[in-house]
Amino acid sequence: MYRYDEFDHDFVKARVAEFSDQVQRRLAGEITEDQFRPLRLMNGVYLQLHAYMLRIAVPYGTLNSRQLRMLGHIARKYDKGYGHFTTRQNIQFNWPALSDIPAILADLASVEMHAIQTSGNCIRNVTADHFAGAAADEVADPRPYAEILRQWSSVHPEFSYLPRKFKIAVTGAERDRAAIQTHDIGLHLKKNAAGELGFAVYVGGGQGRTPMVAKKIRDFLPEADLLSYCTAILRVYNLNGRRDNKYKARIKILVHETGVEEIASQIEAEWEALKDAGLRLPESDIHAIEAYFAPPALTDRPEGDAAVKRDRLDSRSFSEWLDQNVVTHRHPDYAAVTISLKGIGEAPGDATASQMEAVADIAEKYAFDELRVSHEQNLILPHVARADLRVVYDALVEIDLATANSNLISDIIACPGLDYCSLATARSIPVAQEISRRFASLERQREIGELKLKISGCINACGHHHVGHIGILGVEKKGSELYQVTLGGSADENTSVGEIIGPGFSSEEITNAIEQIVETYLGLRLGPSERFIDAYRRVGPAPFKEALYAGEAKAA
Amino acid sequence: MKVLTANRLGDGEVVWYANGAWAETIEAADTVADKAGEERLEAIGAKAAADNLVVDVNLIDVTIVAGIVEPVRLREKIRAAGPTNRNDLGKQARPQTAKAA
Repeated sequence: MYRYDEFDHDFVKARVAEFSDQVQRRLAGEITEDQFRPLRLMNGVYLQLHAYMLRIAVPYGTLNSRQLRMLGHIARKYDKGYGHFTTRQNIQFNWPALSDIPAILADLASVEMHAIQTSGNCIRNVTADHFAGAAADEVADPRPYAEILRQWSSVHPEFSYLPRKFKIAVTGAERDRAAIQTHDIGLHLKKNAAGELGFAVYVGGGQGRTPMVAKKIRDFLPEADLLSYCTAILRVYNLNGRRDNKYKARIKILVHETGVEEIASQIEAEWEALKDAGLRLPESDIHAIEAYFAPPALTDRPEGDAAVKRDRLDSRSFSEWLDQNVVTHRHPDYAAVTISLKGIGEAPGDATASQMEAVADIAEKYAFDELRVSHEQNLILPHVARADLRVVYDALVEIDLATANSNLISDIIACPGLDYCSLATARSIPVAQEISRRFASLERQREIGELKLKISGCINACGHHHVGHIGILGVEKKGSELYQVTLGGSADENTSVGEIIGPGFSSEEITNAIEQIVETYLGLRLGPSERFIDAYRRVGPAPFKEALYAGEAKAA
Repeated sequence: MKVLTANRLGDGEVVWYANGAWAETIEAADTVADKAGEERLEAIGAKAAADNLVVDVNLIDVTIVAGIVEPVRLREKIRAAGPTNRNDLGKQARPQTAKAA
């Protein structure tokens, strides 16, 4: 994985020193909160309901065990023994004292981590497919390009004060696991007919109060032009994005209001003017970065086949975990493992300090020291020999992280919601917990099949509800929590925004409503192979509306 | 009826203004019921922010239940108690503090 060079080390060290000084001056009363707020936000420090919150970047979701162990250490030493992995492949600590944050950042810097650009109107952490480098279906590892974008966008003088925040995601496979069409820029790494690498470029995706699916403006951009083309997009946005209205300031609104053809031609014109001006990526630079992401030496482990067969017979729960949480690797003797942070009744994405340390040990021992954070708030071991799956599973059982529910209804994405977040209007975590408990039976979950349920506690949509097969949005209405349900959203290569199904439900009603939706789906699907999203796309909202509202006074 | 709340600068701890100081629990917060009272608390809050004691100062609605100050909105109940999914965290984890929900 990527190792800091001297420049990175010096840059992060200098930033830690600078921000430590700013914190000291704030605590001493030498600068006001108004002066300090933008400085702390540039360093990932928010003020939430109960305390400060520190958001730490996990670039393209990639970690090594030393880094995960450090996150566990921070959780234990400075926080309350746990951390929260987010939908942007980052981690948040919910309780740090401002006075401890310089020490936390120094600890992070010692393992090549930081919290820079995890807030503010700049280019945020670039996200990528969590199976990058391991997936059997990818044309190339997208992370070298994500790293190139990270280096280019870090304290980029022109793009540090954009109209609004800016998110870029990269995938290297046809099957989009990075939700690229919900990002400001989505990049799909692919090969053209000549076998050359390049990108399909999408712009203007986003969620929040105005969800938009990104529009493809380029089917194939040669890899060497990545930075010049992104610069052109950012430049058009920086110049024309709506700075007059925070709610209309994202590039999705500019794309929508300008029209995709017009914005594409503006970007092309800008690009024409700058593409030969020094931003072309030399092949040697790409190769140098790629070398950092060179796959581990995966020696053949053909004994895995027999071992897996034997252990399947030996343990039903291991067998179920294999079916659900283990996916094919490009090397036939290996597999990629999803470590579910969605134990039944647990807060989605939370992990304790001891769990982080234990997972780090497992990664070090059995997974070439590599880990990923997925945007679905799980951890991933991208390279595990099939022969080692049983021992990894047993180790995960020991720390309560072997729930076999990846992609099932209890694998819920949820934002922190009103239990932590100062922007939230309703709680998310308790709703996720109750739904998880209602569908606790793995047999029932597997009968239901793939179902992406996503919950946000406010219109900002950090919980991705717009693109959940079932989405839940919590709002405050007349002093109470009210949960709106959307159906038919999706965040893969066929991205769609869900439709509101009807009037919302109280916190007491919402789990029953979800169960009713699920039962309706089970009753109308053509067979177990027809997923919820496919069935919904076939039949539309009518049967679900009928099931939820028929005969009720509040029927629309 | 309103009380004055904020977060303490150094550690972010949620506090309420009570008896001339900033208390870590809401029970005994100073309540006001008229415009003049609100203005007095607002002035105290503005000074405490200017003195770098607290940040994010707000007046919030409360009621009195069995002689104890209780916030009206769920958001403020959660600030006063802690996350509703983790009773072991926040003020509710300390002795004799009410739970939010």
